[in-house]
Amino acid sequence: MVAPAFEYVAAGGYDEAVRLLADGGDEAKILAGGQSLMPMLNLRLAHPELLIDINAADDRQPSVADGMLVLPALTRHRVLLEHDLVRRHCPLLAAAVRHVGNVRVRNRGTVGGSLAHADPTSEIGSCALATGARVIARGPGGDRTLPASELFVSYWTTALAESEIITDVLIPVGRPRQGWSFQEMVRRTSDFAIVAVAALVELDEEADTIAAARVALAGVADRVMLAGPDLLTGLTGATLAGGTGAGSTGAGGTRTGSSGAGGSGDDAAGAAARIAGGLDPADDVHASGEYRRRLVRVLTARALREAYARATGAVA
Amino acid sequence: MNRRRLVLSVNGGDHEVWVLPSDTLLDVLHDELGLADVRYGCGEGVCGTCTVLLDGEPVNGCLILAVQAAGRPVTTLRGLMGPGETLHPLQECFLRRGASQCGFCTPGMVLTALDLVRRRGRTSREEIRYALVGNLCRCTGYTKILDAVEEYADQAADTPDGVPS
Repeated sequence: MVAPAFEYVAAGGYDEAVRLLADGGDEAKILAGGQSLMPMLNLRLAHPELLIDINAADDRQPSVADGMLVLPALTRHRVLLEHDLVRRHCPLLAAAVRHVGNVRVRNRGTVGGSLAHADPTSEIGSCALATGARVIARGPGGDRTLPASELFVSYWTTALAESEIITDVLIPVGRPRQGWSFQEMVRRTSDFAIVAVAALVELDEEADTIAAARVALAGVADRVMLAGPDLLTGLTGATLAGGTGAGSTGAGGTRTGSSGAGGSGDDAAGAAARIAGGLDPADDVHASGEYRRRLVRVLTARALREAYARATGAVA
Repeated sequence: MNRRRLVLSVNGGDHEVWVLPSDTLLDVLHDELGLADVRYGCGEGVCGTCTVLLDGEPVNGCLILAVQAAGRPVTTLRGLMGPGETLHPLQECFLRRGASQCGFCTPGMVLTALDLVRRRGRTSREEIRYALVGNLCRCTGYTKILDAVEEYADQAADTPDGVPS
């Protein structure tokens, strides 16, 4: 297929891009890495009249400030994968990006573009939710900050206003008593996730028991989503066995978790089953909704156990 | 839509072209400059047959606009070959190992593998497999491609400047 004809303009900065976007209205689209937009154009799933190229709008590199990993929106996936600050302060994201596309896609695709595209199977979107990330969006009235948990609205739809552009992604830096895990099921490496789970587990200051856990899911609804915090409160005070989790989470879940010393503990399989039970994923050509729910149960338990093992230092 | 004039720097030579804003780099390299080693496969960045190096890094020719490549070095498979189209050592490995059958995927395979070896030197078969996951081959079953890349990576690692000749 061949893309429909459109006009093209390269913006020299975000303010210029916002102005062009405000003028262009419905018919204008932002071109960042282009690894989702360009396929949509080639397949004629999108028909913009104007592409506003922001690749030259900003040349900042990732940095750390005020306890936040600051990722300029144009940070390429390859940089997320390899950059020392990302690997050190958000290893979850660096690991998840290994599952995104292929080497060519990662050379062009950007973190801001991925979030703005809002694919419901997004690895990067689920990491943004699990880490409690925020985005800075620039609009005609200036900048505003938006938590990732308020960004995703539905299929390829965000809470960004029509002429807003994401300029930065802020991720709280990882802490010592924190562990992470990213689990994904695909038929072939580089495919869109059938289901992906991003988990962060934080331990108590004193003991190896869970103080807080957060789980984000991709591929289970019209957007990437956080598992309800109430479904995870049962893990507070628990210790989880079976660190790497591989193979220990068959149908029904092998219950290797146990409650921690003195805690009203729960185990990984129980939490995973509660999370899966509250979902109603749709059937599509890739998988049935029932299979997706099963994957949530298996992968969430695996993710919680691995994140816990990392937090205790049992797994690198 | 108006055509605009660009200078594309391809395989070391500058080419003046007139393109539509919506023309992809693949369109222009293949259709305007006659580079048959850059090929349309899927149009969505999955198959790897339109792989070119832009600023030295592999990208999808079908997912980048020609206007975005203006003034930046573009390398296609032909750009790797020596005077008189002598083969690049990695191409020699492909030949020796029988890693090319119909040849449609070969340019993308070679460019992607070359990028991997430049970055990593000697590397595991699993890592080669991972790097080439976005390059589809419908003939070989991949085994001989992995053999060829592995051989080249080993050669590169054994050569002082990392570039076997």
